[in-house]
Amino acid sequence: MATAKKVSFKLNGKPVEVTVEPRELLIHSLRERLAHTGPHIGCETSHCGACTVDLNEMSVKACTVLTVQCEGAEITTIEGLEQGGALHALQQAFHEEHGLQCGYCTPGMITRAYRLLKENPNPSEQDIRSGISGNLCRCTGYQNIVKAVQSAAKKLAAAG
Amino acid sequence: MSQTAELKEREDKLQGMGTSLLRKEDAKFIRGQGSYIDDIKLPGMLFGAVVRSPYAHARIKGIDKAKALACPGVVAVLTADDLKPVNLHWMPTLGGDVQAVLADKKVCFQYQEVAMVLASDRYAAYDGAALVEVDYEELPAIVDPKKSMAPDAPIIREDIQDKKEVGHGPRTHPNHIFTWEAGDKAAADAAFKTAEITVREEMLNPRVHPCPLETCGCVASFDKPTGYLTVYMTSQAPHLVRTVLAMLSGIAESKIRVIGGDIGGGFGNKVPVYPGYVVAIVASIVTGVPIKWIESRIDNISTTGFARDYHGVGELAADKDGRIKGLRFSALADHGAFNSHVSATKFPAGLFSICTGSYAIPNAYARVDAVYTNKAPGGVAYRCSLRVTEAIYLIERMMDVLALKLGLDKAEIRRRNFVRSDQFPYTTSLGWTLDSGAYHPALEKVLKAVGYEGLRKEQAAKRADPKSPTLMGIGISTFTEIVGAGPTKVCDILGVGLFDSCEIRIHPTGGVIARLGTMSQGQGHATTYAQIIATELGLPAADIVVEEGDTDKSPYGAGTWGSRSTPVSGAATAMAARKIKDKAKKIAAHLLEVSEGDLEWEIDRFKVKGNPSQAKTMKEICMVAHTGNLPAGMEQGLNAVTYYDPPNLTFPFGAYLCVVDVDKFTGEVKVRRFYALDDCGTRINPMVIEGQIHGGLTEAFAVAMGQQIPFDENGNHLGNSLMDYFLPTAVETPKWETDHTVTLCPHHPLGAKGVAESPHVGGIPCFSNAVIDAFAHLGVTHMDMPHSAWRVWQQCNTLGVNKR
Repeated sequence: MATAKKVSFKLNGKPVEVTVEPRELLIHSLRERLAHTGPHIGCETSHCGACTVDLNEMSVKACTVLTVQCEGAEITTIEGLEQGGALHALQQAFHEEHGLQCGYCTPGMITRAYRLLKENPNPSEQDIRSGISGNLCRCTGYQNIVKAVQSAAKKLAAAG
Repeated sequence: MSQTAELKEREDKLQGMGTSLLRKEDAKFIRGQGSYIDDIKLPGMLFGAVVRSPYAHARIKGIDKAKALACPGVVAVLTADDLKPVNLHWMPTLGGDVQAVLADKKVCFQYQEVAMVLASDRYAAYDGAALVEVDYEELPAIVDPKKSMAPDAPIIREDIQDKKEVGHGPRTHPNHIFTWEAGDKAAADAAFKTAEITVREEMLNPRVHPCPLETCGCVASFDKPTGYLTVYMTSQAPHLVRTVLAMLSGIAESKIRVIGGDIGGGFGNKVPVYPGYVVAIVASIVTGVPIKWIESRIDNISTTGFARDYHGVGELAADKDGRIKGLRFSALADHGAFNSHVSATKFPAGLFSICTGSYAIPNAYARVDAVYTNKAPGGVAYRCSLRVTEAIYLIERMMDVLALKLGLDKAEIRRRNFVRSDQFPYTTSLGWTLDSGAYHPALEKVLKAVGYEGLRKEQAAKRADPKSPTLMGIGISTFTEIVGAGPTKVCDILGVGLFDSCEIRIHPTGGVIARLGTMSQGQGHATTYAQIIATELGLPAADIVVEEGDTDKSPYGAGTWGSRSTPVSGAATAMAARKIKDKAKKIAAHLLEVSEGDLEWEIDRFKVKGNPSQAKTMKEICMVAHTGNLPAGMEQGLNAVTYYDPPNLTFPFGAYLCVVDVDKFTGEVKVRRFYALDDCGTRINPMVIEGQIHGGLTEAFAVAMGQQIPFDENGNHLGNSLMDYFLPTAVETPKWETDHTVTLCPHHPLGAKGVAESPHVGGIPCFSNAVIDAFAHLGVTHMDMPHSAWRVWQQCNTLGVNKR
């Protein structure tokens, strides 16, 4: 077993520090050391996207990022999207458009859509479909997820 | 305010049946605050990692734990020998067989559970698992079920080789599990002998996996001082699991608590009791600390709950006008190494006998032979009732095969054979009484909506044009489902009848808590059940809390699978509410000083007939029920519990149509259009129903177009991660068009039928029919799933249509 290392980063705006083995995956640090169980684990091959978090303004799959790679990083998870007691437009839209069923993919899916809309605030349906293609959902058939992202994009644009 | 507006306002306030009430359960999930099994952390908890067999068939000559035990963080290593003293190294299955909890002297499928390493965290546990040394002697494996019963076939299950039966009638070979038959063979044979036309086709429903996004797992916690066992578990049927655990462990069932929590999708995968759960429970009993076991995705696809693997043969006999006179369907069922097939006791081949579908077929015979192979055990119902997808796939494909032989249109062959609306209730020649249906109008509505004649003209033009880069296919599926198991006179599992339950308690200020024996895995039960109560009792859905899945809290029920929640528990909910309403009416009559016969119900209150200003609202009655101002002899409270034993299953149906364009040069199939009309009787929450249809169609698309679990000739798994196993992304998933008709269920108190599995059952043959229809003019009668680009290209290449 290799020597444990101290790693500091910002999690949803707050500074945190963990001491981990170099092999520890970010998803396990978040879920088991930092009590952020919003991001989930659905596979071990980076396909399902249930573990998606925002790392330095990029969507990453936290099951294939080592925690030691995150020194000094800014990480946002689903838990960080609600601001001042107000849901993010995407969270509200997933509810209103029935964009979730079992809820297991939802945190990763919303976190991915959050970055997608930052990169492309006015996406076409095709942009959304390819933009979320790294996130699998077994329940909804995606149609209402696409509607939710479209609806949130409109609301965010209107809010300026 | 006008009277109508006032009534509407009161009705809207309830958000009852028929409204698309947004889901109550969303609030936690959109915030990432669901509570799934792997989110649970108990003090002192250890993590269990399973050591699995690399061989499909091998003897275990020895297991050396020394290196694993020396690994930092490892606390214990459990093998079958460690479970023997408590007699838990084998367990009964839901299929009437037994299954090794940890391999006992031999392994019978690749990835079989051999040992569990307990350690302080998951990293240490997997380190330890890699260090357990198992000495194997490899044996020849049987992979092809057609070879299982060969005279010289290796015996897979030596533990039961002398047993004459394993729960379902006589066995004729050590690798034979059962033979099941339904219908009148002699009558069916006679119909074939005299028929003007017969058709026969072999078709495979390949081995697939439900693959919910959350894998299976549990946290088992045994409290030594009290002898109380708590298990947090990914289970679609917590009460049945509790019963199994009591039977297995000898712990009083009252001291076992199974908690479902939030479940990240099930689709049938989370019905059985798996070895991982049992080892975790034994480990907690032995160590006295909580044990967590969570499957990896590879574990999940390789070992738990596969579906299908039915090698079918369909035969139809008809007159020259296409009227079917006889049906003979059979299947060779590969159940893997242990018969842990999930089914009601009396139905070893599930509800396969629904295979006459939506058609009036006078003579029918069905037979299923199940065999062991060196593959993972299972045979779960992947988003369908037990073996219904297999049955409906056969009949819906065979209708096309028959149409082709006769040169008849594929819609017309269906019209000529449908059970007519005036024939319901209709008893099929295989014994099911179809409750209600209106098949002709459903099909006509779909054909009109898509402009069917225009599509066929376009297809004819494409077929006539050798330069067309694509082949066009039109698929139709007019299925009848069978869901809502089921009447206890025919349906039980391990002796427990498949009734279900609801308990409703009403608080003085009108708040309601309802507890049910079912278990949501994303179906929106907390919303749907609340809407039933809202309409039945005139109290707002917003104030109704629904709880499921904690066996200490909810009344006994068989859980959520086979689309049984609305047909069985939804009915229990309505019946429990009606008991409360009856009592409320007595209280209202007492308060208004009239007889009950003078009262009538209006949305949320009882009012005196002819004197509408005299009324008592349900909310007022809730408070009065908790006072002394009650009719003489009446107890306080407004509570009820109902155990509902359905008189029949429900038979939802639908008409689906799919248009595909097949690229002649790449084999890629593009779904141009998919139109799905469903009829599930009364629609409680249209938004939730639509969501279920979208999801079920997407799972149908996955099965038809890409899912298959392949093996090599030694029984090695060739695709058990999401690298290989096809789960559609948003890019390839088609857009769904949905529609509905409403034909009430005559025996359900709300007129409702189940719905969530119809799109899967009806969708799969619709996709296949569309793809095969693209090749129909070239003499192709069948192509097995999955219709991946590679396999479809092979068909193009064989036919030479890809030559420029």
